Amino acid sequence: MGTYLVRRFGLAVGVLWAAFTVSFVVLWLLPGDPVEVMASGGLDGEPATPQQLAALRARYGLDKPPWQQYTDRLWAALHGDLGTSIQSGRGVRTEIAAALPPTAQIALAGLVFAVVFGAGLALLATYTRLPWLRQLLLALPSLAVSLPTFWVGLMLVQLFSFHLRLLPSVGARGPESVILPAVTLGLPAGALVAQVLAKSLSQALDEPYIVTARAKGVGRAAIHLRHALRNATIPALTVLGYLVGNLLAGAVVVETVFNRPGLGRLTVAAVSVQDIPVVQGVVVFAATVFVLANLLVDLLYPLLDPRIAAGATA
Amino acid sequence: MTELLPLLREPGREPAGEATGATAVVPVPLTGRERARRVARFYANRPGLVVSVLYVLLVLCAAVVPSVLAGGDPLTGVSADRLRPPSATHVFGTDYLGRDLYTRVVHGASLSLRATVLAVAVGLLVGGLIGLLAGFIGRWVDEGLMRFVDTLLAIPPILLSLSLITALGYGTTKVAIAVGVASVASFARVMRAETMRVRRATYVEAARSVGTRWYTTLRRHVLPNAAGPVLVLAVLEFGLAILQVSALSFLGYGAPPPAPEWGALIAEGRNYLANSWWLCAMPGFAIAATVLAVNRISRALDGEWARFR
Repeated sequence: MGTYLVRRFGLAVGVLWAAFTVSFVVLWLLPGDPVEVMASGGLDGEPATPQQLAALRARYGLDKPPWQQYTDRLWAALHGDLGTSIQSGRGVRTEIAAALPPTAQIALAGLVFAVVFGAGLALLATYTRLPWLRQLLLALPSLAVSLPTFWVGLMLVQLFSFHLRLLPSVGARGPESVILPAVTLGLPAGALVAQVLAKSLSQALDEPYIVTARAKGVGRAAIHLRHALRNATIPALTVLGYLVGNLLAGAVVVETVFNRPGLGRLTVAAVSVQDIPVVQGVVVFAATVFVLANLLVDLLYPLLDPRIAAGATA
Repeated sequence: MTELLPLLREPGREPAGEATGATAVVPVPLTGRERARRVARFYANRPGLVVSVLYVLLVLCAAVVPSVLAGGDPLTGVSADRLRPPSATHVFGTDYLGRDLYTRVVHGASLSLRATVLAVAVGLLVGGLIGLLAGFIGRWVDEGLMRFVDTLLAIPPILLSLSLITALGYGTTKVAIAVGVASVASFARVMRAETMRVRRATYVEAARSVGTRWYTTLRRHVLPNAAGPVLVLAVLEFGLAILQVSALSFLGYGAPPPAPEWGALIAEGRNYLANSWWLCAMPGFAIAATVLAVNRISRALDGEWARFR
C-alpha cells in the first residue's frame, strides 16, 4: 500500500510539473514577443512606446534569458505565486480564488447530474428485458456527445426559460439558476459515464458469480445492484476522475452561454485581452484539479478492490 | 475516449504488392458482380449508415460548391423579411438583417469544414509522427515522448486550445491549429500502440535482417500496416473537431462577424433567442447531424465491413 501511494503521488507531481512547462512554452515562448501581444490587447489599444514596452518587459522578467524566466516562474509557482494579472493588476491566485465558487457550484451539480443520469441510464439499459428499450437507451449517450454543448444550453434556455417560463435564463441568482447550467455541463459527462458503466455492467453480468447468485435464489434487482454494480464500478470511477477536470473546462462554454460569473468567464476574458498570466494560471489550476481528482480515484481503488493494493505491494 | 476504440484491422487493407505480407491470408478474389451484391447487402442492412454517407456528401458539396445547394448571397438580406420563421420560401427562416439562414448555413460549411480538416490534419501528422517515433525507436525516446503526451492529456483540450489562441491570435486557421494540437495526444497513443504491434511482426524482422535501412523499413513496412486504426481515429476525431471548432467560433475566436461560420451563426442567433428560436436551432441541427453522421461512418470503418465478411 505504501509503495502504491508513493508511486501515484510521484506521478501526480510529475504531471503537474510537465503541465506547467507545457503552458510556459506555449504562452511565454511561442509568441515572438509576449509583451507586444499583451500591450496590443491590454492597454486600451494605444500603441505603446518603446519605453513602456521595456518597462513591461522588465516588470514581467522578460528581459532575462528564457531558462531563467522559466526557473523564476517555476520557483514562484511552487510557492503558490502564479503571477499578476495584466488586466486587473491583482494576483492570479486571488483572481482564481474569487472566480472559483460559482464555477464549483455548477461543476459539482453537473457531476451529480452526470452520475445520476449516467448510472441510471446504464442500470436501466442492462436491467430491461425489452430489446427496443435497451437499444434506445444505449443509443442516447452517443447522441448526447454529438451535440454541441453551447447549443444544448441555448436550447434548454429557449425551452425552459422563454417557452415554459420555469427557470431563469441567465445570471447566477438563487439555487434554481444552477439547474440549467449544471444539466448542460453534466450531459456529455453523464453520457460517458453511461457508456463505460453499461459496458462494464454487461461484462460483470456474464461472470460466473452471477450464475451462482442466481442459483442461490437472489432476486434479479439484488443481483444487479449488489453483485454486478459493485464489480462494475471501477472502470466508471476511472472515467469520473478524468471528467472532473473536463467539467471545470466545460465551464468556459457554459458560463458564456448562461452569462454566469466564474472561472470560465475569467478565462474567456483573459484570452480576449491576451492576459497571459491569468490563462497560464487557469491551465495550471485545471491540471491540478485533474491530477488531484485522479489521485483521489487512485486512493479509492484499493478500498473498493483489495486485490489492487495487494498487487501493488507484491 | 479513444482508448475505448477496439483496435481492429481489416485484413483487406494489407497492401497487395507487399512481398513480406505473403504469409497473411489471401482473400479469394471475387467477381465484380459478387462484390457489388455484397456491398449492396451490406448497405441494405444499415439504413442509418446510408443516410450518414449521403448527408456527409451533401455537407462536402456545400463546402466545395455552396452555390449548387443555395443560390443566394449569404451576406445580403431583404430588410422587409427580417426574423421570419421557417417557411417554404425560407426553409431555415431569416435573421435580423433578413438574410436567408439556410443560405448562410450552407455557405458556412466551407469555413467550418476547412478548419476541421486542418485541425484533424495537424493532429494526425504531429500525433502520428510522435507515436511512430515512440513506438518504433522505443526505450528512452518512447518514455520521453509518452510522458509529454500524458501531460497533454492532463490539460483539458479546450484550455489547451485557448492557450494556443492566446499565443497565436484569432482567426479560422489559428482556431484550427489550436484544436489540432489539442488532439495530438490521442493520435500519438493509437499510432504508438499500432507501431509497437507491427514492429514485432516477422516481415519487419525479415526486412531488418536483409539490411534494409531503418527509415526504409519504417516507410515501406511499418507505416502502411500501422496506419489503419489511426485513420479510423481520424474520422472519429473529425466529429470531435467539428464540435471544438464550432465551440471556439461560438466564443468569438474564429472568423470575424459577417462571415457565416456555424458556431458564429449560433452566437449571432443567441441575441434573438427569446423570439426567434430558429436562429440558434437550425445551425445547431446542421452541426449535430454532421457529427452524428461522421461518428456513424467511423463506426462502420472500424471493422464493421470486415466482420460482415
